[in-house]
Amino acid sequence: MPALIEAKNVTKIFGGGLLDKSRTVALKDFSFQIDSENPSVTSIVGESGSGKTTLARMLLGLAAPTEGEVLYNGKNLEKLSGSDRRQFLRDVQVIFQDPFEVYNPFYRIDHVLETPIKNFRLADTEKGRRDLMIESLEAVGIRPEEILGRFPHELSGGQRQRIMVARALLLRPKLIIADEPVSMVDASLRATILGSLLRLNREFGISLIYITHDLTTAFQVSEDIMVLYRGSLAEAGDVDQVVRHPEHPYTRLLVGSIPLPDPDLPWEGERAIGRPAGELGVQGDEYCQFHDRCPYAMPMCVQTHPPLFHTHPNRVTSCYLYRESPELPMPQMTSIFKSSNREGPPEETEQLDALDAELEVSQENSSTPTSADD
Amino acid sequence: MVEETLSAEEPKAAELKETLKVEDLHVYFHTAAGAVKAVNGVSFSLKSGERFGLVGESGSGKSTIALSLLRLIKPPGKIEGGHVFLNGTDLVTLTEEQMRRKRLDEIALVAQGAMNSLNPVRRIRDQFILAYKDHDIDVKRSGLEERIGDLLTRVGLNREVANMFPHELSGGMKQRVCIALAISLSPSVIIADEPTSALDVVVQWQVMDTLRSVQEDLGASVILIGHDMGLMAQFVDRLGVMYAGKLVEIATVRDMFGDPLHPYGQMLIASLPSLESRKARLEGIPGITPSLLNPPSGCPFHTRCPKVMDHCSSVTPILQEVRPDHWVACHLYEEA
Repeated sequence: MPALIEAKNVTKIFGGGLLDKSRTVALKDFSFQIDSENPSVTSIVGESGSGKTTLARMLLGLAAPTEGEVLYNGKNLEKLSGSDRRQFLRDVQVIFQDPFEVYNPFYRIDHVLETPIKNFRLADTEKGRRDLMIESLEAVGIRPEEILGRFPHELSGGQRQRIMVARALLLRPKLIIADEPVSMVDASLRATILGSLLRLNREFGISLIYITHDLTTAFQVSEDIMVLYRGSLAEAGDVDQVVRHPEHPYTRLLVGSIPLPDPDLPWEGERAIGRPAGELGVQGDEYCQFHDRCPYAMPMCVQTHPPLFHTHPNRVTSCYLYRESPELPMPQMTSIFKSSNREGPPEETEQLDALDAELEVSQENSSTPTSADD
Repeated sequence: MVEETLSAEEPKAAELKETLKVEDLHVYFHTAAGAVKAVNGVSFSLKSGERFGLVGESGSGKSTIALSLLRLIKPPGKIEGGHVFLNGTDLVTLTEEQMRRKRLDEIALVAQGAMNSLNPVRRIRDQFILAYKDHDIDVKRSGLEERIGDLLTRVGLNREVANMFPHELSGGMKQRVCIALAISLSPSVIIADEPTSALDVVVQWQVMDTLRSVQEDLGASVILIGHDMGLMAQFVDRLGVMYAGKLVEIATVRDMFGDPLHPYGQMLIASLPSLESRKARLEGIPGITPSLLNPPSGCPFHTRCPKVMDHCSSVTPILQEVRPDHWVACHLYEEA
């Protein structure tokens, strides 16, 4: 059975030919797949310029890879037939970063929910349409009577983003790609939105790709994580191991830079790894992207790009510090993921129980007037 | 004119001195629908050399406070009442010209989007020179060059950055230039309004580390405004929690994270994700911020409070010191 969606050795280069100075390698030789059987939650973490959004856009068919291909049910995304393409547009949904820009201010909220129902003929009658909308909104913890008929500007960012989740749910997709879905909403609302996404995964069996720069929330929601740095995979695997015991020096730097909400914990930043080793003299374009900031950089780091080393059953690291471990070819990377190695849905966590309790409370309390956003 | 005001003092005396004292500040925005009470009776003070944090959700009034302290509130916004004492002078009563001279010289701002606050068609050097000219500083070109270079090195940048244009710098570098500009006249108070919210986490650490070191060098006080509790925990000494235009709790950072008293503060702390355990509850604060146009009567948080009592909706609680250095505005802590 082919994967639901698969990126096969994809490379994306922006800018002109080889001699063009503005040529930017946004993502290099990356492979990744999402199973259609086991619903999974995978995070893609990276800073700006890491290639995480480029990857998302290629998985969505919004950008074509320069090399390699993206497959949907085994077929090249760029060459899908009309009916396959339609099915793809239904199976794979996206939630973007900015909950303010995705709404047309002239239409009521209903419009954004009615459009997919009409386009995909999900209901024939007016009542059927309404029932679908109500069911979706309630699944993300929003009271339909409070938002239907209102305009986008009357709602808070958190509400708008949850309506986007409800819109995605309407189509019962197999995969939702969420690109920084909470970076523009208040911290107190983040948990609620991520919770509603997690709920779709557990209750409706929808896989989730969570793209973020925030390691803390990635740690909270996902099972497996991929850390990207300047277009290359630095480290991937079980989120618990990667975040709590990072191997790649870049992941260590990233984890050490998170300001933890506890005044007694250290905030080491660059002190977590130390000063860069110094100039190694790069020749050619095969090298570890992190070498110039890495305190452990060795001559071999600028001669070839480090392959993936299979350091633990559930993780790989692209760093020569781990060259004692066996290599794992990039296309097999996802085979180490926990989600690929279990039968059925992920185990229930306490997170979801807490979430249920919370959704009830928010339904009770949400009759308060809308805030005047500043 | 650019003398450092604090360097000669004994550290102990400096500790006792209040650099900034805000008393019962009210800032309203007058809209067609009525007055939006963005800041509604806020008082706090800042000791010299202290790092003070102001947290709150968007719309809680924290950025309005920042602009009010600099008297940069534009119509329809207006400071309706209260006092802002900076080194003993009430800024609210100053003329516009007197206030202009205080800005940068005594109180400076590091704004949220660095890229927006630097002039894109001017070299970094010229942005410093403009600031100096505005404060009538007549330094010979050579001396000036030296000083700009010193300021840039102080924030961890190369001297050559002075010759560059803003677009040649990364976001983190631009934010450091803004810090260098802010400290160029050695102010006694630096207001940093979400100085790193547009930056990556590693760069955020670099910028905050820079801000901390220059602040300690100058002996200046800092007000850090934001909603990232992690940043607050790691940076400030004391923390004030804003809710719907009011300060509901002020405590030392350890007390705030270890033993928050206000129900809102407690929920805020409880909703923080951690790297300790994935079993942590993924929980937000239910409900939404109240409208500032028609704020709820009594305690502004009573509509969302899990511990709400009968009189919470009618009687506004007053910010009181219920434990040493721990202030809270909540009826739960009032003597019966």
